[in-house]
Amino acid sequence: MKLRKNIAVSEAGLLFNPVTGESFSLNPIGIEILSLLREEKSDEEIRSAILSRYNTDNPTFEKDYQDFIGILKHNNLLESHEETKA
Amino acid sequence: MTKLRYERPVIKKLETGMPNKFGTRTEYQPMTHIDGVAVEKLMKDYGSPLFVISEKTIRKTIQKAKKAFKTRYPRVQFAWSYKTNYLNAICSIFHQEGSWAEVVSGFEYDKAISLGVDGKKIIFNGPEKSEEDLTKAIKNDSLIHIDHLDELYTISELAEKQKARPRVAIRVNMDTGVYPMWDRFGFNYENGQAWDAINKIMHSDNMELVGLHCHIGTFMLAPSAYGIAASKLAELALSVQEKYKHEIKYIDLGGGFASKNTLKGAYLPGSDTNPTFDDFAEVISSALLNSNFKQEKLPMLILETGRALIDEAGYLLGSVISNKRSSTGRRNTILDIGVNILFTSFWYDHKITPAQAFTHYSEDTCIYGPLCMNIDVIRESASLPLLNKDDHVVIHNVGAYNMTQWMQFIALRPNVVLIDMDEKPLVIRLRETLDNMNSMEKVPSHLKKFNV
Repeated sequence: MKLRKNIAVSEAGLLFNPVTGESFSLNPIGIEILSLLREEKSDEEIRSAILSRYNTDNPTFEKDYQDFIGILKHNNLLESHEETKA
Repeated sequence: MTKLRYERPVIKKLETGMPNKFGTRTEYQPMTHIDGVAVEKLMKDYGSPLFVISEKTIRKTIQKAKKAFKTRYPRVQFAWSYKTNYLNAICSIFHQEGSWAEVVSGFEYDKAISLGVDGKKIIFNGPEKSEEDLTKAIKNDSLIHIDHLDELYTISELAEKQKARPRVAIRVNMDTGVYPMWDRFGFNYENGQAWDAINKIMHSDNMELVGLHCHIGTFMLAPSAYGIAASKLAELALSVQEKYKHEIKYIDLGGGFASKNTLKGAYLPGSDTNPTFDDFAEVISSALLNSNFKQEKLPMLILETGRALIDEAGYLLGSVISNKRSSTGRRNTILDIGVNILFTSFWYDHKITPAQAFTHYSEDTCIYGPLCMNIDVIRESASLPLLNKDDHVVIHNVGAYNMTQWMQFIALRPNVVLIDMDEKPLVIRLRETLDNMNSMEKVPSHLKKFNV
């Protein structure tokens, strides 16, 4: 999974999609996951990075992470499988 | 290394051009204590969900209401509307504060008597009063508010039988300029029904007409309507005085004052926009003082307001069962509080706050109850912090009607706790049990065995 290249994310957590003109706001942990996605980290790497830094457990984070990814996909912010292959 | 506090990742689309120019309200200010008692401890000790009522708030509110009226009008009497909340402890607080009882059924009448209220200080309203109820009310010299002619004739017959002269009032409905006009209770003012009923009573030796009553609506946001009602009842009372040289002892304007809740669809919170007791008192007392009553003959003003006196004192505490996504990507949160115990969520956008601290990040959330019923929605949309499973929430302004209109549907009803003046929590209604429910049922002997 990879964040679309043209997506701009500010340090304060403001995300802008130039294709659609839509803006989003993120909380700090959301920004952290996006930067890991931008670095093309795998799900496993992201999970272990977050679990080592935050006071949570694997099932809780897994549920929240899948939900977060679902919303990124819903808003077309991730590259699709085909795009990644190309 | 100490780990950072976890908050679930969230991304929220920024939208402009929303139809509400005031923006949406975010309820992230936590409510950790009620009258000095920790919410967490209350839920640990008494379970979730849990109704909590503040005695301090009840007393403060009734004292504020009394002050608003008594500083403007010389003779004012409040009567506690039992149907709004008839838990014995709650009724007793209002009676300690000097309120009479206002009841609308035989059950409520018996409740007031069993609490020790003097029969003379019970106002008996409502369209249904059985002969048995009326006989009791006549014997106790209660104030009977007549709703229809059938009742008037029944009272007349019973009075003759009991060789008594009951004190009665008639219920008057009228146009006060608000929509919808309530015309189902009592006799209409404009078409002469009320005057006709008054004449019938005045020509009967069996009853004494002591008062005039009306109940113009519910959750009234226009105090001016009460001014119109007060003027119309004053006019009727003066007509009685002129025609029969008979003095009407009281004018009862019923209830209906809005509380601080926010009606569904309102732009601004009810706490900022709904009229205050002073607003209602100013209009009502001006209407009565400006009428043609002689100063020494001013009738007593009776008020049966319920909702505005108790709503703010009630809280409903609950827990998050789960967070989900709808098919459209919207956040759904399921609480253990359903419409079965929070009936008023059909009318209001109840204020919901977390019971623990969160960051300022929020999500637009639809709040569902736990019932397996599609209608079980507590808030269609609330901007709430990032609640997790088992987090606790506080629902505000639930003191009116929920503890009387609640349903034993799907789940059992929870504990109700009163936080007293010394900030001590006391259970005033126990959580229901399966045994409570089963004790009212009987299974015929041929149904007692089955093989499944």
